[in-house]
Amino acid sequence: MDLFIEILVSALLVIGGFFGFVGSYGLVKLPEPMTRLHAPTKAATLGVGGVLLASMIYFGWFGEHVSFHELMITMFIFLTAPVTGLMIAKANIHLQWTKEELPPTGAGTNWSTQSDRPSLMDDGADSRLINDGD
Amino acid sequence: MIAYALTFAFACFGIALLFSLYRVVIAPGVPDRILALDTMTINMIALLTLFGFREGTEMYFEASLLFAMVGFVSTVAYAKFILRGDIIE
Repeated sequence: MDLFIEILVSALLVIGGFFGFVGSYGLVKLPEPMTRLHAPTKAATLGVGGVLLASMIYFGWFGEHVSFHELMITMFIFLTAPVTGLMIAKANIHLQWTKEELPPTGAGTNWSTQSDRPSLMDDGADSRLINDGD
Repeated sequence: MIAYALTFAFACFGIALLFSLYRVVIAPGVPDRILALDTMTINMIALLTLFGFREGTEMYFEASLLFAMVGFVSTVAYAKFILRGDIIE
């Protein structure tokens, strides 16, 4: 049984390392900003998940007790990677696309990043802060 | 056998860290740099976990968790900042 656990941990480590490598290699290799988003948010996340899973199995079998710390980190990374990808994709879209290329908002107004209207932050609050001092 | 797999994983994530460092230094746009920084934190989490694995201690998991949290918050804040010029509106 020890041998089986060792093979499992080794396989998880090799797979995790390979996917982590592919994730960062894609960051350098892929041609466009939006395609470059794919590699780190998917492959690298899977690679880290593999490594953390290997660590959990190893310490659960050869250590004194089973710990679920790694599972917590894995869950956290798997939950936050799509949010990160969404934010960076949004930044890409709104910084590099022109007003005509963006899809319609359906609300009769422009996208807020492209709008001519002043934002909520421009209602004078900044000037009040500056004038009043501290 | 685990020692060889561990060395392989160390090498993979080390080279991956160098790749993302290259993308931080030489990048066509700011979103690429943010993405590369996020990839660097993810690679560092993996390297910390592997180091704790090699040392046989579970002390490094707190460090990994801190890296994960701070990396996520900073990535979102930076993306929000270049998008609108404000982080909290």
